[in-house]
Amino acid sequence: MIHTDLCIIGAGPVGLFAVFEAGLLKMRCHLIDVLPQIGGQLSEIYPKKPIYDIPGFPEVLAQDLVDNLKKQIDPFKPTYTLGERVETLVKREDGTFEIKTSDESVITCKAVVIAGGLGCFEPRKPEIENLEKYEGKGVYYMVKDPERFRDKKIIIAGGGDSALDWTIFLSNVASEVTLVHRNESFRGAPDSAEKVFELAKAGKVKLLLNTHLKELKGDNILESATVIGKEKEVRELKTDYLIPLFGLSPKLGPIAEWKLNIDKNAIEVNTFDYSTNVPGVFAIGDINTYPGKLKLILCGFHEAALMAQSAFKYVYPDQKLSFKYTTVNGVNAF
Amino acid sequence: MIKFEIEDRQGNIQEVEIPEDINLSLMEVLKASDYPVLATCGGMALCATCHIEVERGLEKLGEPSDTELDMLDTLPDASSASRLACQIRIGSHLNGMMFKLKGE
Repeated sequence: MIHTDLCIIGAGPVGLFAVFEAGLLKMRCHLIDVLPQIGGQLSEIYPKKPIYDIPGFPEVLAQDLVDNLKKQIDPFKPTYTLGERVETLVKREDGTFEIKTSDESVITCKAVVIAGGLGCFEPRKPEIENLEKYEGKGVYYMVKDPERFRDKKIIIAGGGDSALDWTIFLSNVASEVTLVHRNESFRGAPDSAEKVFELAKAGKVKLLLNTHLKELKGDNILESATVIGKEKEVRELKTDYLIPLFGLSPKLGPIAEWKLNIDKNAIEVNTFDYSTNVPGVFAIGDINTYPGKLKLILCGFHEAALMAQSAFKYVYPDQKLSFKYTTVNGVNAF
Repeated sequence: MIKFEIEDRQGNIQEVEIPEDINLSLMEVLKASDYPVLATCGGMALCATCHIEVERGLEKLGEPSDTELDMLDTLPDASSASRLACQIRIGSHLNGMMFKLKGE
C-alpha cells in the first residue's frame, strides 16, 4: 500500500506541474494514470504537435514539454502508478482517502487532486452485435500478453498501425490470424502494410478487405464472428479471439460515480482554490469547470498553484504556510 | 450568411447560420454552437473526436488530406462520407450542406 500526502489522478501536464507546486510546500505526491506513460493526451495523442502558448517557450513540442515537466518535478521524487485506472475513491472516518485501481493497487492519501483532463482513454469500440458480451471472454482491446494467443485462431480488426503491427507480430504466435479491414488498402506505415500483404500472399495471414464485422457468437465464450463483405456476402469465421484495434477515445470513467458535482462531463470547482464539493478533493485542468473556464494548459498550471496552497492547509491544518519564491534559493531550498 | 444543417447524435436537425467572412473551422463552429464535440487535439486531425458524416453536399468539399484520411481510417464507424470537422474551413461552399455528428 502507498501512503502519500497528495494523490494526483492524471499524469498529464497539469497533474505533473501540481507535483511541483505541492513539492514547494514539502508535500509528497503520488501520480496515477490509466496510460502506461506520463504526459496524458500530449504524449498519447499528439507528441509531435507544436504548442505556442506556454510562457517562455515560443514553440515547444508536446512531448518535449512533458519531458521538461518530468525533469522539473524529479527533485520532489514523486511516485507513480501507471497503466492502471482509478476505480474507487473512499473517504475514511479519519478524513484520509483510500483509492483503489483496476489492478488492485491501493493508495491512501490526505488529499486528492483530480487532474484527469478529458477522463481516461478507453478503446474505441466498433459497433458489432454482442461485442460487450464477449469482453474478457474472447474480445480484447489490447495485446498485453501475446502468449495468450499462442496457437489460437485470432481476428484482428482495424486498419491503422496497431492493427498492422500486431498482425505481423502475432502471425508468428497464433495458429491463424485474420485481419479484417473495411477499406481495400491500408493507410498505416507503408512498410507494415507491405509486410502484411506479403504475409497474406505467403498464406500466413488471411486478409479480409472491404469487410465489416457484424456479429459475435459463442456459448459463453467467443466461438465465431460474422463478417459482411463488399458485395454484402455474409461469412461466419471460427475464432478464439477478436482484437479490435481502433485507437483510444477519452471518457470520464469512474470519476462520474464519486458524488462530485458534475456539469457536462466536468467537475464543478470553487475558483478560490479549485476545491470540489467534497472537502479534500480538488480538481484542476481540463476536467474542471467554472464560469469563465478556459481549457488551456496555461490555466491548468495556474490552478495547480492555487490548489497546492489550499491543499497544504487541508493536509497540515496546524502548520503555518510560508510562501517563498523559487527565484530566491531555487527549488532545493524548499 | 451561410446556412447549413446539423443532425445531432439523437437525430435532431437544426439549421446553423453564420457570417461568410468568419475564419473558423466547422469544428469550431460546432463547439461555439454548444454541440458536444470534444476536439481533444485542438484541430490537428489527431483525435477524431470531431468526426462527422456529410449527409448532403459531399461533392462541394475538396478531397481530404492524407492526415485526415489516416485518422478516419482508424475509426470503426467511418463511412465514405466521413470527415473531420476540424479540417473543413467555413465558406460559402458549405451553403445548403448537411452534417451529422458521429462518434461519442
